[in-house]
Amino acid sequence: MISKDVSQRIKDVIENEQVVLFMKGTPQFVMCGNSGRALEALRAAGAPVTAVDILPDPTIRQELSEVSGWPTIPQVFVKGELVGGADITQELAETGELRTILEEKLGAGYSDDAQERVVDVLSGTRV
Amino acid sequence: MAVERLESLLRDAFPNAPELRVEDRTGGGDHFQVTVESPRFDGLPLLEQHRLVNDALAEPLRDGTIHELRIKTKGTT
Repeated sequence: MISKDVSQRIKDVIENEQVVLFMKGTPQFVMCGNSGRALEALRAAGAPVTAVDILPDPTIRQELSEVSGWPTIPQVFVKGELVGGADITQELAETGELRTILEEKLGAGYSDDAQERVVDVLSGTRV
Repeated sequence: MAVERLESLLRDAFPNAPELRVEDRTGGGDHFQVTVESPRFDGLPLLEQHRLVNDALAEPLRDGTIHELRIKTKGTT
C-alpha cells in the first residue's frame, strides 16, 4: 500500500464530506469508548456523519495525524475544519454550540435528511 | 508510574495551574483523565486549549504510554 494514496484520500474525504468522524470501528460496530462518545454527540446534534474506520491499517492513523496535526482518535471535521476529539465534541454538544457550528457551516436544514456513511480510505470505497 | 510522569509534564507546561489532576481511569496505567485549569487557556478556543495539553503530553502519546486520553480544560477568567 502507498501511504501517499491514503493521505490523499484522507484529505479528499475531509475536504468533500460535510461532517467526517475518524474513529475506531464503524457507526455500526464501535470499537472504542471515545469514538462512541463523539459519534453519539454528533448524532444528538443531527449531524450527517461520514465515518472513516482507522483500524484496518496503521497507515491511516499515521497519515491522518500528519494531515490534521492532532495526535489522538477520534477526530471530527466539519467542512474541512478540525472541530476536535471526543471531549471537545461532547462538550460542544452539551452546550449547544455544536448545533450552532453545524448550522453556520452547513446551513439551517443540515439535519433534515442526515445520513450516516462509511468511507474506506484504503480503497476509496464509499458504503 | 505513568500518572506521576504525566503530572510532571503537565506541571512543566502549566506552572501556574490552580488545578491539575491526572487520574488513571481503569487502574491499568494507560487510560487517563487529565483536568487542567490554567491562565494559558484564557481566551483560547477549546481546540487550542486541548492542543496545548496534547503538546505537553506529546511524548507519552507517541510512545504508547497513553492508550486513551480524556481532557478537561478550564481557563481562570
